[in-house]
Amino acid sequence: MATQTDALIIDKMTPLPFRVRSVQEELSHTFTLDLEPTNGGFRFLPGQFTMVYAFGIGEVPISISSDAAEPGTLLQTIRRTGAVTYALGRLHAGEFVGIRGPFGTPWPLERAEGGDLLIIGGGIGLAPLRPAIYHALHNRDRYENMIVLYGTRTPDDILFERELREWADRSDITTLMTVDAADRGWHGSVGVVTRLIGRVGFDPTRTTAMVCGPEIMMRVTAERLLEVHGMKPEDIFVTMERNMKCGIGICGHCQFGPNFICTDGAVFPYTDVDALLHTKGV
Amino acid sequence: MTEETILELLKNQPFLDGMVDEHLQQLAACATHQEFPANEVIFKEKGFADAAYLIVEGSVALELEIAAARHHIVQTVHTGEVLGWSWLFPPYQWSFGALTLDPTSVIRFEAAKLRELQDTDCAFGYDLMKRFAYVMMARLSAARLQLVDLYGHAN
Amino acid sequence: MSEIYVSGQSGIGRLIQVLAKRGHRVIGPIVRNEALVYDEIAGVEDLPKGWTDLQEPGRFRLEHRGDEKLFGYAVGPDSWKRYLNPPNTVVWSGTISPDGFMTEPPAPQPKYAFFGVRPCELAAIGVLDNVFGSSNGTAPIGGYAEVREQAFIVAVNCTEPGGTCFCASMGTGPSASSGYDIAITEIAHDGNMRYLVESGSDAGAEVLADLEPMETASGNEIETAAELIATAADSMGRTLETTDLQDLLQGNAKNPRWESIAERCLACGNCTMVCPTCFCNTMEDNLSLDGQHATRSRAWDSCFTLGFSYMHGLPMRESVAARYRQWMTHKLSTWIDQFGDFGCVGCGRCITWCPVGIDITKEAAAIRRGDLRDTQIRTPGGVA
Repeated sequence: MATQTDALIIDKMTPLPFRVRSVQEELSHTFTLDLEPTNGGFRFLPGQFTMVYAFGIGEVPISISSDAAEPGTLLQTIRRTGAVTYALGRLHAGEFVGIRGPFGTPWPLERAEGGDLLIIGGGIGLAPLRPAIYHALHNRDRYENMIVLYGTRTPDDILFERELREWADRSDITTLMTVDAADRGWHGSVGVVTRLIGRVGFDPTRTTAMVCGPEIMMRVTAERLLEVHGMKPEDIFVTMERNMKCGIGICGHCQFGPNFICTDGAVFPYTDVDALLHTKGV
Repeated sequence: MTEETILELLKNQPFLDGMVDEHLQQLAACATHQEFPANEVIFKEKGFADAAYLIVEGSVALELEIAAARHHIVQTVHTGEVLGWSWLFPPYQWSFGALTLDPTSVIRFEAAKLRELQDTDCAFGYDLMKRFAYVMMARLSAARLQLVDLYGHAN
Repeated sequence: MSEIYVSGQSGIGRLIQVLAKRGHRVIGPIVRNEALVYDEIAGVEDLPKGWTDLQEPGRFRLEHRGDEKLFGYAVGPDSWKRYLNPPNTVVWSGTISPDGFMTEPPAPQPKYAFFGVRPCELAAIGVLDNVFGSSNGTAPIGGYAEVREQAFIVAVNCTEPGGTCFCASMGTGPSASSGYDIAITEIAHDGNMRYLVESGSDAGAEVLADLEPMETASGNEIETAAELIATAADSMGRTLETTDLQDLLQGNAKNPRWESIAERCLACGNCTMVCPTCFCNTMEDNLSLDGQHATRSRAWDSCFTLGFSYMHGLPMRESVAARYRQWMTHKLSTWIDQFGDFGCVGCGRCITWCPVGIDITKEAAAIRRGDLRDTQIRTPGGVA
């Protein structure tokens, strides 16, 4: 029987065990696993994802939501939707998950240096963006204006609310949040997230936009950036999602036109996906 | 605030971008500047819509009273945006209430005077109507997106 | 250029035996259930001597001609992917405990000899090499690389095209110039079947050396073989125009032709099962009753199923048109973006084994011509 060390040198199809430090409830159906690598640090680039394995149940692709500068901690923010995610949500501290990865293309944080950074998240889409926000904050002087815009359904659905408010208090980021509906207890904005864009200052000719959320949210946001705010599609980046089984480009499931989302994405420049997003069932 | 000061303020408003001086002057003549603290009602739902408002600085919540003392915020409007167009058409009744979220300063235009100006000066009327029509179109699109499950909450 | 030898049927039989003696599990074509499948063979007597295949869109029949040919047929529904990337294979198994979990690789893969690999199938193996062994880094354990490295390949050049073949269009046949350890061409000479044999690798030369010495083929025999192959190339029943095909299909995502095809397509997935390059697979998890032991397996999957594209409980490719478009566009167009060449090798299996006889070459031509609807009524077995 192979030992733990042997497991390390196997290959991209075999998961490595990570110990659960805690399971943190974020929203009514969303939780974050705080995971400890058992073989040294875990290194990744903001925007990458892992295949998270619930022993004997299955795997799901989950974007990494931790700080890339802290390799001793892997955070995975997960929405309960099926057998695997429910199983992951039932774990306790001290138990194990399997992790394969990191996989996929990262947010273009280097490309964005020297210009404005416009980060727009919707719903749980803030989770894959959080590592990029951390990176930009750690390297703040490499970027000009830094803007974080977040939209979600109601005030009860705000992900990472404490951090959003901390960022809002900082003078070196402009942070705006909005919800679709609220009652008088909410003192923030109400309206679709695209309405926030017109309220912040950025130079559309020198901005990199990183947009993350459900496909329709990314599409309407990108269209708004293109049609109303004068940005170019090569400066807008989105993260796509499709059914994934292997994460390494050999199972065929995540194909999106000519792209494998797991190896050519999940982060794509809008130029690569614009036409595909407008073709039904591609 | 004097009429000249209001005119200067209007010249810098994105909502009125490109409006000719003559029309801006006509607007300034029926305008006053008002300031509201946070959490103050500008107008109530079903109130008489006797004015148009342009937010110079601040945030205003548009709300519906859905039950006794329970208000649902439908949208917030912010710096540079117009607040309400129920003054354009009879029965001139606000379909939403407006409550400030932050300290807010507005320019208030007398609705009756605006309507009279629109009727007598067609060029002015057409320009103003176009601007409001654009805002209505944009707000309708935005409202439709609010109706869609944009953030994937349906399971 | 290595020496070309010539041998009789007994020489072929000895070749099979030598391979078996060297520890290879020899897999070759046999007749079973009225079809041609690839399974273990012990000698020449297991090969489909005297059989031929009659293939048309939606139709496959075996006919016993009663001649002496060992290789007088093309290909059946089986392809070598059955062995290179098995329909179901364990990737790893593991045990969980309070200290963590341990994984172990599966049992070693068998050492095969693939006997009777047609040139189009060699090309298909090359295509799969790109998929499973390319820029992904390490190939998955328990799968492809291990089998591939150990497999000895005996190719058989084609002297009669099958009814649905179009390898000539794809540049993959009817003869092979590389990718094999040994290549055989069957010719008739003075009423006897003769076999031109040549090695294509060091391993092949080594095996040939293990056989009793064979005669060198005569110029006449070599010429006969070349002529047969050339005739086969010229008598293919269909062609696929490949010029600009990559752009043509990706540029026609909204062509109504896809809806027209969908009226016939059953989304049965036969094409994906018989295609020698279709590689899509899914991962399956098994857990013991006590929750302590798990296995992860890789199993064949098909893009024609609704579940293939499930995301958040809904299929992303809901219509049959979208699924057919995905399969054909992948095979003939986006495969090039991904792997540098076509996924199709022109074997014709998808045409033969489609229950309604959809012909990928005709559909590509129709899209090229701008034909939006199929005006011919087609029944299995040919045009009505």
